[in-house]
Amino acid sequence: MAERKRPVDAVIIGYGWTGAIMAKTLTDAGLSVVALERGPARDTSPDFEYPRIADELKYGVRGDLWQPLADETVTIRHGIQDTAAPYRKYGSFILGNGVGGAGTHWNGQLWRASPEDLRLRTHIEQRYGKKFIPADMTIQDYPVSFEELEPHFDHFEKVCGVSGIAGNLRGQIRPGGNPFEGSRSDEFPTPPLPPIHVARLFEKATAELGYKSFPVPSANSSIAYTNPYGVRLGPCNLCGFCERFGCFLYSKASPQTTILPILADRQNLEVRTNAYVTKILLDRTRKVATGVTYIDESGVEVEQPATLVILSAFQMHNVRLLLLSGIGRPYDPATGEGLVGKNYAYQMCSVTGAFFSEDVEINPFIGAGSAGQRVIDEFNSDHFDHAQSGFIGGSLIYAGGTGGRPIEQMMLPPDAPHWGSGWKLAIRKHYRHSAPIGSLGSVMSYRDRYLSLDPTYKDAHGLPLLRITFDWHDNEYRMVAHSAAKMDEIVRVMKPEKQVTLVMRSGNHYDTRVYQTTHTTGGAIIGSNPTNSVINRYSQSWEVPNLFIYGASSFPQNIGYNPTGLLAALAYFSAAKIRDTYLKSPGALVPV
Amino acid sequence: MATPPLIDRRRLLLGLAPAAAAVLTGVTSCTRDTRNPSAHSPTFFSAAEWAFVNAAVARLIPAEGAGPGGIDAGVPEFIDRQMELPYGHGAYFYLKGPFLNDVPATLGYQLRYTPREIYRMGILAANAAVQKTHGKQFADLSATDQDLFAQMMERNEVQFSPVPAPVFFAQLLANTKEGYFADPLYGGNRGMTAWKWIGFPGARADFTDWLDQAGRAYPYGPVAISGARS
Repeated sequence: MAERKRPVDAVIIGYGWTGAIMAKTLTDAGLSVVALERGPARDTSPDFEYPRIADELKYGVRGDLWQPLADETVTIRHGIQDTAAPYRKYGSFILGNGVGGAGTHWNGQLWRASPEDLRLRTHIEQRYGKKFIPADMTIQDYPVSFEELEPHFDHFEKVCGVSGIAGNLRGQIRPGGNPFEGSRSDEFPTPPLPPIHVARLFEKATAELGYKSFPVPSANSSIAYTNPYGVRLGPCNLCGFCERFGCFLYSKASPQTTILPILADRQNLEVRTNAYVTKILLDRTRKVATGVTYIDESGVEVEQPATLVILSAFQMHNVRLLLLSGIGRPYDPATGEGLVGKNYAYQMCSVTGAFFSEDVEINPFIGAGSAGQRVIDEFNSDHFDHAQSGFIGGSLIYAGGTGGRPIEQMMLPPDAPHWGSGWKLAIRKHYRHSAPIGSLGSVMSYRDRYLSLDPTYKDAHGLPLLRITFDWHDNEYRMVAHSAAKMDEIVRVMKPEKQVTLVMRSGNHYDTRVYQTTHTTGGAIIGSNPTNSVINRYSQSWEVPNLFIYGASSFPQNIGYNPTGLLAALAYFSAAKIRDTYLKSPGALVPV
Repeated sequence: MATPPLIDRRRLLLGLAPAAAAVLTGVTSCTRDTRNPSAHSPTFFSAAEWAFVNAAVARLIPAEGAGPGGIDAGVPEFIDRQMELPYGHGAYFYLKGPFLNDVPATLGYQLRYTPREIYRMGILAANAAVQKTHGKQFADLSATDQDLFAQMMERNEVQFSPVPAPVFFAQLLANTKEGYFADPLYGGNRGMTAWKWIGFPGARADFTDWLDQAGRAYPYGPVAISGARS
């Protein structure tokens, strides 16, 4: 029999970015709130302190801040007829864990979606005709527009002290920024850091080719900055221990460095760590959530009753918890019916290694998750005419370099020896004089790509793991070939001695062994009505109106941008509606 | 399949902390840094296994040619110590069954074995294979023959069971490079010689003075987490 806690107004599942945003919103409104986080408590001090944080083996390779896969992982298969195998070791993506979630060890690339990304199906049909969308491609519009989200993108950028240059300020295209972005109501809160050397070479090369490069919008603050909540961030020093690490300088925006400090003393908020939620509880009608069950750190099962349930775990965990709780109908790829698990998507990346001569000093160890980087947006979203190219979507192309950490990031030409004295010579020759140029591209959603519970494999508590069914489709092979060709052309102008492009080609299967991106999306998608989505425009469950679901699980298909800006904007958009309408009169915010 | 639950492993990690701190102090003292790296007494590896690991590391990152060798960098000590940490025991991996055969390689590692088990079985299989063809142990082969055998493992040209030769080789090579490049606190990268060789400044982690000097070679040598400089 589970221990039963005193009822509270709201329970929050997962204390990362969207959990922190909702904890602030709900405690501001005077609600009593309990936040449940599956991982440990973590803060800048003591967890990310210098010099101990500058430990590549511990954090970059072993992944001490990541979700321990031994207890819970996912299973993966390529096709609906295959048997899924467990993701036993980290590779393709990294799952967050602990207070702050993946928001502590992300890169800080804080993008908005393009306006057309949010009405993708309508936009594509209008511009290219209905037949342009393949029959098995299940993309759909967001039920909310860029213009509606704009104030929330803007607010989140200010919360994070994002550095960058506006390219479209109140409709005026401005030099130095992204000319393809939707209209901004305000400039970025902090200016960009100077480009790292590879980014400088990229700026020159792209300018020569007529492209407009600009600083990656970066939640690595460039100056001392106070956010709208009164929390201070410090300037980034390009330390090189950023993504996969917690920031010791209070420069990288994370829940800890932007929102949590103002919540620390709130009497109406209790944060319980090492609390592993196993189920969202429903009443007999199955239309009202009554709280959650979790296993606490001593292994005791606890019931936490609540009037409002906020599901704000990582994308995959949101979907798994819905399935484990029996909320909504699981998606069935055979019939196309059911919605929970539908439209899982990923991103398609490629990289060009540029190997320069020894007089080009790249200083690869000078870098950050996003500060100092430069990017172009010409070949993303629908910023170019897709009629001839025959695919939907696109990629960012960027000059990165996040720290040149030698175990993870040593880049050698494919013909260099892997070991032996020849390897020693190769690492000396190339380490200081090579750099990656990358593309990060969209992936559409398809009828046969989805999430479900695995029939065989279990977590440490005996609950089924989440199963991913995913592989690439032709649209994405064509998309990445297009992006990689542009990238290759740019790198050629940068004049390395040698350049090598790694790109997935038709017939290459999704490879889970190699890190690509943690931007997994879908499975609890947002939409205009209960027949096409799990949540409405306010991130409210259609089936259970006192349940709100946040995170990239809501994306109907993936975009060619990092997802945090969009998922945070959707959360703030929802938070405003909850504050202004729902709390006064709880119930369905969109009539069915 | 008994994988320790989350809380137990955390206690285990906490339990290890004082030992790690002691090691950290040890690494910074001159006496330890200058002694013969092969003088480390292995905790995990048996004498025969230790001979294999030393011989293999000496071929993967040899002393000959320019640049520090893996033995001088303390790589075998690093690997031995890793085997005693949660990592060696497989604590970072999902190791529950069932274990599937015929899974596409793109779906990743699907064996039941921890790094400790991979070394134990891999070394046994390697020495048995060399014994069969050469009548001796791997460590007693000439450097040329060792290189040839390592290549056969890498290319799956020698049959090991139950851990396939390329799996064992990949484990060995990955840990060898980790030991070469990781912070010296783990026993490898002694004197930060591997960092100096490639020009990585280690745990310096502050480039405020170099933000706007892109293209100019960074002039400072490495520092370790312990504060040691080189």
